[in-house]
Amino acid sequence: MVDVQANEAGRQATAALATQAPAIELKGISKAFGTVQANKDISIRVMPGTIHGIIGENGAGKSTLMSILYGFYKADAGEIWIKGQRTQIPDSQAAISAGIGMVFQHFKLVQNFTVLENIILGAEDGALLRPSLAKARKELKRLAEEYELNVDPDELIEELSVGHQQRVEILKALYRQADILILDEPTGVLTPAEADHLFRILDNLRKEGKTIILITHKLREIMEITDTVSVMRRGEMTATVKTAETSPEQLAELMVGRKVLLNVTKTPAQPGKTVLEVENLRVVDEDRVERLKGINLTIRAGEILGIAGVAGNGQSELLEVLGGFAKGTGTIRINGEEIDLTGKHSDGQSRRRRGISHVPEDRHHLGLILDFAAWENMIFGYHKDAAYQKNAFIMDNAGIVKHTQEAMERFDVRPPIPTLPAKSFSGGNQQKIVLAREIERSPALLLVGQPTRGVDIGAIEFIHKRIVELRDEGAAILLVSVELDEIRSLSDRIAVMFDGQIMGERLPEETDEKELGLMMAGVVN
Amino acid sequence: MEKTPKWVDVALIPFLNLLIAFVISGIVVLLIGEDPIKAIKVMVSGALGSPYGWGYTLYYATNFIFTGLAVAVAYHASQFNIGGEGQATLGGLGVALVCLALPWPHWSVALVAAMIGGALFGAAWAAIPAWLQAKRGSHIVITTIMFNFIGASLLNYMLVNVLRPRGAMDPATARFARETYLPTFHDLPVIGQFFSKSVPANISFFIALLACWLVWILIWRTKLGFEIRAYGRSESAARYAGISPVKVIMVAMLISGGLAGLMAINNVMGQGHRLVLNSVEGAGFIGIAVALMGRNHPVGVFLAAILFGFLYQGGGELALETTIPRELITVIQALVILFTGAFDNMLRAPIESFFVARANARKEA
Repeated sequence: MVDVQANEAGRQATAALATQAPAIELKGISKAFGTVQANKDISIRVMPGTIHGIIGENGAGKSTLMSILYGFYKADAGEIWIKGQRTQIPDSQAAISAGIGMVFQHFKLVQNFTVLENIILGAEDGALLRPSLAKARKELKRLAEEYELNVDPDELIEELSVGHQQRVEILKALYRQADILILDEPTGVLTPAEADHLFRILDNLRKEGKTIILITHKLREIMEITDTVSVMRRGEMTATVKTAETSPEQLAELMVGRKVLLNVTKTPAQPGKTVLEVENLRVVDEDRVERLKGINLTIRAGEILGIAGVAGNGQSELLEVLGGFAKGTGTIRINGEEIDLTGKHSDGQSRRRRGISHVPEDRHHLGLILDFAAWENMIFGYHKDAAYQKNAFIMDNAGIVKHTQEAMERFDVRPPIPTLPAKSFSGGNQQKIVLAREIERSPALLLVGQPTRGVDIGAIEFIHKRIVELRDEGAAILLVSVELDEIRSLSDRIAVMFDGQIMGERLPEETDEKELGLMMAGVVN
Repeated sequence: MEKTPKWVDVALIPFLNLLIAFVISGIVVLLIGEDPIKAIKVMVSGALGSPYGWGYTLYYATNFIFTGLAVAVAYHASQFNIGGEGQATLGGLGVALVCLALPWPHWSVALVAAMIGGALFGAAWAAIPAWLQAKRGSHIVITTIMFNFIGASLLNYMLVNVLRPRGAMDPATARFARETYLPTFHDLPVIGQFFSKSVPANISFFIALLACWLVWILIWRTKLGFEIRAYGRSESAARYAGISPVKVIMVAMLISGGLAGLMAINNVMGQGHRLVLNSVEGAGFIGIAVALMGRNHPVGVFLAAILFGFLYQGGGELALETTIPRELITVIQALVILFTGAFDNMLRAPIESFFVARANARKEA
């Protein structure tokens, strides 16, 4: 115990010393991939004991910059200074020994190892595990008390919630003596309550003199927790400001380079006749786990029903079964007519013929074929339509390319080159291709999953506008999103899903984040 | 994003890969005490230096075009069909049965029927592994390779016990009727004067060319080809779009097996005039290398098939004219496969970055 305290005192002393020098200073960092200049002459100073936010659109170069700092990439030019000393970081081992810890967006944990085993993985003291484990157990206890980082050390990772897994990642970094923590989009997978807890942890870490770099695209989080914020746009650092002296609107403008409407403007819905009726819908997955436990919902023409929920509570399965590529039981009616759920007409193309379009949650694995050209993606799923055929055997490729060109211009896809493979477009432009394909059919029902995931702010505005326009033309829209802000601003009604069930419905103007958050966590009052 | 020029991708890199393979082969030739320059001369003159050589080179190439296309079509549906050997063996059985079944009045009628027979038998032999993959998830690489062995055994049984003419000693069918013999290059107008009677290349070569064109149409111009490619690139996206995986796997494998089976019109009907054991002679496996080197494009398959035809024929000449054993040709073929297929990325990455850097430098200048 005495030992630990002495250690602690020593650490605080070094922390005090370090206040003179920035914890991290990057000077003129540049990095190019081919012709793409991912980072251009970036300089940044992060003071110790602060939380420094980095925001920017997708592809702005945030991740590249952090990868350079963590030793994944080598910068073409520039210097890295850590605690006042020039440091070379050729690999992640060097980053760790310089006191940098990274918490990735996608956790790097061994699922069937315990928390303790994951923590010592790669940091074992010797050939025998037992002494390392005992030491880690002791250290873990101390860290848990100090920072509210409670995790059962003997639990298997796969048994833990996402929020707890993230804590294990943070503990891993702290166990390796990190005093600079980088968190990459840490709240993407968390419930609002878990996110709040994470922020409390970060706050504790800051109080103990740790330095934290928080990468996010959520302006609200930046405003809530950071001391300083740097904005990146197109590989350049456009501004570094004190959080207290800025506003979300200003930050958004700095990110995009122009004024952005953060809130969706829409008129009240004018719901017409019922388009979609779902009764007692159940889905059992391959592992015989019931993913949907009797869903009932209706959507009327000209109305957006938002499904809020933490990822993995059955929203994906709901979209899949409605979209025709998962089997389920129950009843689904479109405009009063029942649709086939298990038989011959339960595939995606039959659904499309019934007027159901689907912007899937995962555009990389479902919505697009990344190796296919834009024109091939533009007709994907509709490739059997008569309009795309030259005759009974041959497709009208030239006609499709022309059609794609026009659609790309209508949806402001940049660059509007139909022969470019889908993987060459940015996330926002990829999503616009999917959206153009699905919306331009004027569907009776549009299923939309995570419409703006990985999409930059400028494109978000555009995508939201098109969805509202489609609603105003009389389509019924089912919106699934893990972004509560998006659900609240787009939906005319909100249904909350938890554990394969609908916990309840609320009107957006009559509820708040707290109530929705509780429902998302399975608590109903 | 700057890209490498297309000619680098489709011409320069395969050429350099070949060059390395040949240089290493040359070293091997040196090590066994022969002159590599002389070996190359023998191979080139033996395979390409005379109409006689070409007649053999194109005969082998015809086999490889069919089996290469078979692998390529399956590949586009992300199915690795290693069973070309067995499917071509069964195709031979189909062709032989058709040729022996009726007293055919003319080779053209017999050819159409034999094509149907060969393709059907080849397709049927691919159908079982395809069904097991589509419905049961049994890995197609394992099942098709197993079916090669089963196919060989089945042919053995058929030749020994069923098709062998009474009193004959060797396991082979009876000789086909003269009317079913396909015209060889010698029999063709205009070019016929250059080729001697003994040359095995026959009109199957032109059917192979036609097959290349049809496969190109199928893969890049039809709805079915679109679905095959879509499924091959992303199974999850194909399911989202309502493309049935079972249908794609079955159809692609049936076409693949049919193409492999079609090979038999060349080696059985065009050249052997009877079905013998091991008439495929490994062409089914060469097809894998041909498709790999031809990047699964019919034009590439055609060019790679000619190359392997050259290696086959030139290798035969080499064994005749020098003390270099025939097995060395297998070594050269293996080196070609190794460098064009497995080691492809070894050269690709540095060459691509060289051209990207050059394009950048030019832009800045």
